[in-house]
Amino acid sequence: MKFKGLLPFAVAVSLAVPALAQDIKIPNIIELSGGGATVGNNWKNGSSLAVEEINAAGGILGKKIALEFVDTASDPGKARAAIQRALDDKPMAIFGPIYSGSVNATLKLTAEAEVPQIIGGEAANITAQGSKYIFRTSFGQNVSMPKIANYIRDGVKAKSVAVVFVNNDFGKGGSTSIIKELEARGIKVAANISTEAGQADFAADVVKVKGANADAVFIYLNEEESARFLIEARKQNLDKPMLGETTLLGQKVIDLAKEAANGAKGHVGLTVDAPIPAVQAFGKKFEEKYKYKSDHNGMKGYFAPYMLKAAVEKAGKWDAKAIAAALHGLTITTDKTPGILIEGTWDDTGEIDRISFLAEIKNGKQVITETLPKLKK
Amino acid sequence: MADFLQLLIAGIATGAIYALAAIGFTLLWQTSQTINFAQGEFVMLPAFFALAAMKWGGAPFWLACLVAVAMSLLILGVAFKGLIVDPLIKHGAMPLVISTIGLSIFLKDGVKDAYSAEAQPFPAIFPDRLIEILGVKVSLAQIGVLIIAFGVIFVLQWFLGGTRIGRQMQATAQNPTVARILGVPVERMILYTFLINAALAAMASLLISPIYLAKFSSGETLGMAAFVAAIVGGFNQVRGAIAGGIIVGVLDNMAAVYVSTAYRQAVPLVLLVLIILFRPQGLLGRKEERAV
Repeated sequence: MKFKGLLPFAVAVSLAVPALAQDIKIPNIIELSGGGATVGNNWKNGSSLAVEEINAAGGILGKKIALEFVDTASDPGKARAAIQRALDDKPMAIFGPIYSGSVNATLKLTAEAEVPQIIGGEAANITAQGSKYIFRTSFGQNVSMPKIANYIRDGVKAKSVAVVFVNNDFGKGGSTSIIKELEARGIKVAANISTEAGQADFAADVVKVKGANADAVFIYLNEEESARFLIEARKQNLDKPMLGETTLLGQKVIDLAKEAANGAKGHVGLTVDAPIPAVQAFGKKFEEKYKYKSDHNGMKGYFAPYMLKAAVEKAGKWDAKAIAAALHGLTITTDKTPGILIEGTWDDTGEIDRISFLAEIKNGKQVITETLPKLKK
Repeated sequence: MADFLQLLIAGIATGAIYALAAIGFTLLWQTSQTINFAQGEFVMLPAFFALAAMKWGGAPFWLACLVAVAMSLLILGVAFKGLIVDPLIKHGAMPLVISTIGLSIFLKDGVKDAYSAEAQPFPAIFPDRLIEILGVKVSLAQIGVLIIAFGVIFVLQWFLGGTRIGRQMQATAQNPTVARILGVPVERMILYTFLINAALAAMASLLISPIYLAKFSSGETLGMAAFVAAIVGGFNQVRGAIAGGIIVGVLDNMAAVYVSTAYRQAVPLVLLVLIILFRPQGLLGRKEERAV
């Protein structure tokens, strides 16, 4: 009798195991705790949503994807160890990390193992290291900074700029890139102010910015620090244009800084407020499922499985080396891969080119003021 | 000059909150030789008690603040002492230190999983209005923080020195064996110390969260700053912790402007090293007492 009761269970298990064994496991090695937890959880939700959709539609070349989340604790050393462990299983691709420091610590491992690594990092130096297996989901600073520098010259018409950056790989890369671009356009950098990740008090930094007496302020911090800076700037009556790149204009900054965020302007690579129906539909879907508005990291996470899908379908087979080769020079269009939301092209270094936006925070909302074309048509 | 005053006021306001947390270090050390490396998380947690009371309990802000204080007394005071300190203290300082480090990780990850990994805006106790004093823009929130923080510190000093229970607590801190012989209920005094620490942590949390936002990881910076403040001021003196907190708060701001923003965090640590080298009992600590 006992065995009879177990029979349906045994049959179910015997049927389920082969199905699970056919799933393609993709390690998703991201910042789920530590300073980057916000970023990592957005990516996690975005990538999970995409994989659910892809699997529901039959998977990729008939195979379903199973994401394996591994926490880097926002630590480059742990990220490197996690990637090393993941590579032992010879995965078809790796998603993450998102923090540039962690990407820099891991990209040689994936290059040596010839496994494509789809990342969230934006530091300029990531794609300059010659790896043929690294692929961005968003602009590198080498692409976004020329756009914002043009806007500072032509839109804001500033002759001098004070730069405020966060002292990590992301911030230092951004500071170096924007200074290079500003100077190339004859714009003086009146101050270059370093701040710490997780910094709470920005009184001193705002005093230094005021002392620099620049025409505009370029703020390149993570979301929470951006909000704190804007709050302090408002408190000290710093009445210069507040400019930034993506993070400054994110929903999180608006939620946290409230009125202090109004008036901030800049360049946005990815936003769910983009005037593109597919992007807005994604934003609604994400918000319905997770009960909050996705930021650009949620979008980056969402793109990663669709990049993989397009590359595998182009390669015609599940093979890590072939997937990487397929991604180079690939333009993923929204008609063939609707989940990619915005058409994007990946070059030989893994750098992405797609349209982007100029935006401003007005009455607590991000308003897109202009759509900028792809750099290369 | 206006900038200097601006930095000074901001530094004192931040330092006053560091002081509230630093006092907790000194109180626990004096009465139970406990160094609580979860002190920063003790300051982070009450804000989430309040947020949870508002989000899931529908409580108005004033009630949520009371819930936060009550939960802090219960969990960070009574439960912390009963479940962690009492069973471990008999095995020496090291197991306790390790367990408070573990507790800090547990609290951080617990808040992240139970509430959110995202920073949360926290309602302000004081209106977010700016006033100008001698050319310096000061927010009412900053003034409120200063008044409450110094008010709490003043009441605490009065309580410890001017009441029978306070003097019994001091006697327990100075020599628990003699205090017990003299009839002081030492165990109860130690419990009071833990409760005061929990109340101070709750107060610091409610004051700092509207300014710095509530986030699971915010205790890391706070805990470190308060620890440095307690050592700089004197681990064995409440007034030392107060002075240490303000020194660290002001020094951090001044260093950012007059030394370098890149090395602002190093300056208080340099002071810490100098204090340990040349005055290990701290600036206001007493040499005849225990030095850390």
